[in-house]
Amino acid sequence: MRRIPLPALAVSSLVLVATALVFVFYVAPNDQTLGFSQRIFYFHVSIAFAAYACFVGGAWKALRHLWKRDPRADLESYVCIHQGLIFGAMVLLTGSIWAKISWGRWWVWSEDELVLFLVLYLFYCAYFMLRFSVDPGPQRANLSAVYALFGVVLIPVSFAAIRLAREFLHPRVFTLHGPNFGGWILVTYCISQAAMLVLAYTLYRLELGGKRLDARLRDLREVLA
Amino acid sequence: MSYFRDVGALARKDLLLELRARDTLPAMLLFVAAVFVIFHFALPGTPSRLETTGFLWVAILFTALLGLGRAFVPEREQRTFDGLVLAPCDRSAIWLAKSLATLAFLAAAEVVALPLYVLFFHPIRGAMVAAVLLADLGICGVGTFLGAMAVVTRARDLLLPLLFLPLAMPIVVGAVGASVSASPGRYLGFLALYDLLFAVVCWASFEYVVAE
Amino acid sequence: MLTARRLGKRYGEKRVLRRIDLELPRGGFLVVTGPNGAGKTTLLRICAGLAQPTEGTIEREASRAQVGYLGHEPLVYRELTALENLELYGRLYRIPERRERIGMVLERFGLWEARHERVGSYSRGMTQRLALCRVLLHEPELLVLDEPYSALDEAGAELLDAQLAELRGERTFLVSTHDPARVESLASGRLALAT
Repeated sequence: MRRIPLPALAVSSLVLVATALVFVFYVAPNDQTLGFSQRIFYFHVSIAFAAYACFVGGAWKALRHLWKRDPRADLESYVCIHQGLIFGAMVLLTGSIWAKISWGRWWVWSEDELVLFLVLYLFYCAYFMLRFSVDPGPQRANLSAVYALFGVVLIPVSFAAIRLAREFLHPRVFTLHGPNFGGWILVTYCISQAAMLVLAYTLYRLELGGKRLDARLRDLREVLA
Repeated sequence: MSYFRDVGALARKDLLLELRARDTLPAMLLFVAAVFVIFHFALPGTPSRLETTGFLWVAILFTALLGLGRAFVPEREQRTFDGLVLAPCDRSAIWLAKSLATLAFLAAAEVVALPLYVLFFHPIRGAMVAAVLLADLGICGVGTFLGAMAVVTRARDLLLPLLFLPLAMPIVVGAVGASVSASPGRYLGFLALYDLLFAVVCWASFEYVVAE
Repeated sequence: MLTARRLGKRYGEKRVLRRIDLELPRGGFLVVTGPNGAGKTTLLRICAGLAQPTEGTIEREASRAQVGYLGHEPLVYRELTALENLELYGRLYRIPERRERIGMVLERFGLWEARHERVGSYSRGMTQRLALCRVLLHEPELLVLDEPYSALDEAGAELLDAQLAELRGERTFLVSTHDPARVESLASGRLALAT
C-alpha cells in the first residue's frame, strides 16, 4: 500500500468524497421518519468506522513497535491515532447534529455509539497528553505504544459496558438498520464509507510524510552541527 | 515459584514503606468521609438508592486515585526505580507487587468507607461487597500500571487521572450495576472479565514501561 | 565483556553522547573522566543496562544478575533499615545464604552496628557505604560505578580502595570519577569524554 503515490490518493479521495456527497444528497431516498435531515447519518457512521480503523491501525503499529522493534512504527502509530482523533471529533460533531435532528437536543446519552466515542475520545486525548509530557525517544515510543494497546482493548470492553448500562437508561432508538436498508441506501452508505476510508488514509500519508521530513531535517541539522 | 517470591518481597517492601510513612492511608480515609459530606450538600434532599450508589463509586474511584498517585512516590523521589529495574526479577513483578500493596490500602479505606456509607445513606447488600472486591482489583491493577507510566512524565500527578478515568468507565458501569440491579450476576461477571483482560495486558506490557 | 560502537544518546533535542566507542575486556578496569555534563552518567547507565542508546550498539556479556551499578543516588529506601534494604535486594538477586552474606558486607563497610536504623538517619558517607554494600551484595561480574568516591568520607574511601584492590582482576570495572589519580594504579584503560 505504501507504493500508491500521494497525488493519486488525493485525487481518489476528492473523487470519492464528491461522489459520496452527490449520492447522499441527491440519490439516496428520504428517510421515512426524519426526512431530509437524516442524511448526515451516512457521514456519521462512515466517519465513525474510519475512526475505529485508525485506532486499530494505531494499535497494530504500536504492537509492531514493541514486538518487532520496527523503527518506523512509532511515528506511524502516532499519526494513525492523530487521524483517529480528528475523525473522532467529527463523529462527535455529526453525532451531535444528528441528535439535534432526531431528538431536539445537542447530546443524548441513549446512543451507545456516541457515548462510546466520547469515552474513546477522552482516552485518546489522554494519549496525546502523555505523548507531549515525555521527551522524544525510546521511552516515549514505548509508553505511547503500550497506551495505544490499552485503547484497543478498551474499545470492545467499553462497548460491552455501555450495552450493559442500558438497563438503567432509555432503550435504544432505531437508527439505520431498518426494513428499508437495501438498494440505494446501501449503495450510498458504501460509497461514503469508501470515501471516508480513503480520505483517512490520504491524510495519514500526508501527515506521515510531513513528520518524516521533519525528522530527516532534524537529523541533517545534527550531522552538520 | 521464584516469581511469586519476588512479588512477595516487593509487596512486603511496599507495605512496610507505607506503614512507616503513615501518610497515604489516613489521607484516603479522611478524603472518603469528606467526599461523602460534600455529596450530601451537592445533592440535597433524599437521593435515591441509585444516586447514592453513584456517590459511593465516585468516592471510591477518587480515593483510589489519591492512593494511586502516591504509589510510586518512593521510587520516584529516591530514584529507587533504577534499583528495581536492575534486579534480575521479571519486571511485571514490580507492577504486581505494587498493585497488591495498593489493593491492601484501598481495601483498608473501604473498610471505613462502606460502614460510613451505610450510616450516611443506604444499607448495602452482598452483591455490592462482591462488586467492591472485583472493582478494586481492576482499579489497582490498571491504576498502578498507569501510575508507573505517569511517574516518568513531566506532568506526573496531572496525568494519572486523565489516563485512568476513561479506562475506569467500565468498572463504574459494572460496579454500579452490580450494586443496584436485580440481576447482579451479569455485572459481576463483566467486572471479572475486565479484571482478567486488563491484568493480562498489564502483566505483559509492564516490561516496556520501565525500559528507558 | 563490554563493547560499544558509535554509541549515541539523545534526550529530545539535547544530544548527550556522540559516537562513543568502547572496549572493555573481562577483568579490565576502565576509568571514565570528563567535566560535568559530558555524559559520564548517561554512558554508565547505558552500560549497566538502565538506558537504551538512541544510536549505535552496545554488547554486554553479563546478564542482569551479574551487573552491579552504583549511581548518583544510593538506590536504597530511606524509610527502611539497612538490613531491610539488603534483605530486599538479597531476595531479588536470589543470593544463596543471604543472611551470612548481608552480615559480611555490612561488617566489611562498618555498618553492622547501625543495621537496624533507618537509612534516613544515616550520614551521607554511611548511605554511600550502604550503596556499596548493595552493589557488592550479589558478587557481580561487571561493576559499573558512577563517581563512587564522591559521597564517601575518608574512612569509607579507604574501605573502597581496599575492596577495589581486592577485586581487581577478578571482576570487570567501569568507573567514572573526578579524581582519576585515586584509581590510576588500578586502571587498564582510560576514556575521556568531552562536552
